[in-house]
Amino acid sequence: MVLVFVETENGKVRKAALEAVYYGYLTAQKLGTSCQALLLGNAEDATSLGLYGATLVHQNDSISFNFFDNQVYSAAIAQAAKKLEASVVILSHSSNGKSLIGNVAYLLDAGSVSAAIDIPETDKGFSVRKGVYSSKALVNIEINTTVKVVSVLGNSLQISVVGANVEVQPITLDVLQPGIKVLSVDKLQSNVTPLPEAERVVSGGRGLKGPENWGIVEELADVLHATTACSRPVSDADWRPHHEHVGQTGIAIRPNLYIAIGISGAIQHLAGVNNSKTIVVINKDPEAPFFKSANYGVVGDLFDIVPKLTAAIKNLNA
Amino acid sequence: MKLLVCISKTPDTTAKIAFNGDNTKLETAGITFIMNPYDEWYALVKAIEIQEKWGGSVSVLHVGPSENDSIIRKALAIGATDAYRIDTEAVSADQVAFQMASFIQQHAFDIIFTGKETIDYNGAEVGGRMAAQLNLPFISFASHLDIVAENEAVVKRDMEGGTETIQVNTPFVISAAKGMAEQRIPNMKGIMTAKSKPLNVVTPQKYSPKISIVSHELPPAKKAVQYIDPENMAELARLLREEAKVI
Repeated sequence: MVLVFVETENGKVRKAALEAVYYGYLTAQKLGTSCQALLLGNAEDATSLGLYGATLVHQNDSISFNFFDNQVYSAAIAQAAKKLEASVVILSHSSNGKSLIGNVAYLLDAGSVSAAIDIPETDKGFSVRKGVYSSKALVNIEINTTVKVVSVLGNSLQISVVGANVEVQPITLDVLQPGIKVLSVDKLQSNVTPLPEAERVVSGGRGLKGPENWGIVEELADVLHATTACSRPVSDADWRPHHEHVGQTGIAIRPNLYIAIGISGAIQHLAGVNNSKTIVVINKDPEAPFFKSANYGVVGDLFDIVPKLTAAIKNLNA
Repeated sequence: MKLLVCISKTPDTTAKIAFNGDNTKLETAGITFIMNPYDEWYALVKAIEIQEKWGGSVSVLHVGPSENDSIIRKALAIGATDAYRIDTEAVSADQVAFQMASFIQQHAFDIIFTGKETIDYNGAEVGGRMAAQLNLPFISFASHLDIVAENEAVVKRDMEGGTETIQVNTPFVISAAKGMAEQRIPNMKGIMTAKSKPLNVVTPQKYSPKISIVSHELPPAKKAVQYIDPENMAELARLLREEAKVI
């Protein structure tokens, strides 16, 4: 059986979790087994996990799951996997999933691959593909253990409906007492899709000349229902918040569309974004290295071009 | 406080990546290897800052052969007190974590630091695996760490679209992200004293890695960029919808 750990936010299943369930479903199909989901805490839409391939949802709603404690969550996931005799455990490669994978794998004596971008190859063995060297190469990794743990990189596969709503069943687990205390959670703009999950991202660099000019970036993001991001110099200068910084030291993303405005494309920036499916680069310098990684390039004054692009997309949507 | 920083070796950020004949190993000719930036800039420097304020020691721990000593010496030059090198090739996250945690079990450290991930395999698994083996709390992607009492810390942790503030008692394992500290360049005195600081060689434990590399590949070459007339943004919008199908 393939067991998928489902992450939630504000009492709902996260988009990354739907992708993980769908990945689990496709993996289970290949292995000729079923895909089941594990929910720690509550999600009002848990039954809908069936739509993406879960045949059953196991739920434990202990109050210990109200805050994220790596030890508490890892122990619960490993325990559920043992109890349900899962041969594969799937996690989302989110900030919590990245924290969990090593811990869960150790507890299950399992080999693990994080940030998988494809369904495992199961013809002979169990091999998983992921990006390495900051996306400059790909690697296929064979997991040699009976139980396997895989985390799925966000936006790696297009989910589709393959089933119907399913039952949510309680599961009894020995839940640990938290060893840490979460003092506060500071979330900004909860109505915006978080960067790692965003399908479209509009990103600004030093070419914007100052934080007061970000209006044109936000307006373009708005018409595209995109999330805004920025380059490192911009977050270092405090023009934009630290959590918007994409690149090697910031967040690595993989949206369908990445629009880079006034970003030259230093190798450290590219390392975080060059997995994007379509890249648009707008820059006044025709020699900007970013153009080499772009699908579409516009050379010119961004203050003139960006509002025109916003208007053109509005027109298209009208 | 007794602090430990786990460091690993990675190709330089700007390295051109190629593989050997059967694509199982990185072609190392012409590649400069460095200390993983997250380990160096954030984990190591933060540990040194804590030691400067609270006293104690900063040890560094590395899994790798003796040819990696130059990276360990750099950590000593930046300000670590002493170093331990587990004398075996690093082959997988599970193996490195096992070797490191087995060493840590023989010593008592208050805080065990790693970088948030390495820039080669980008796995972020070693910290969690060590914490599980050591049965300690693990706080990942920490952007701030304040020691508030001899055995108590307050940590800020990055998450999607925000941060979490966490209180934790020592001992614990923490992975360091940007924001934790500012990079330090070793000075001449540091480089000179590093040569005489203890670098202890540790015999590895027996272990079979739980994964193996089948093959590497380079991503398919990108098609040449298509330039759009800046006066014709309607054309770009059309291409994004009809050709790229992303809007």
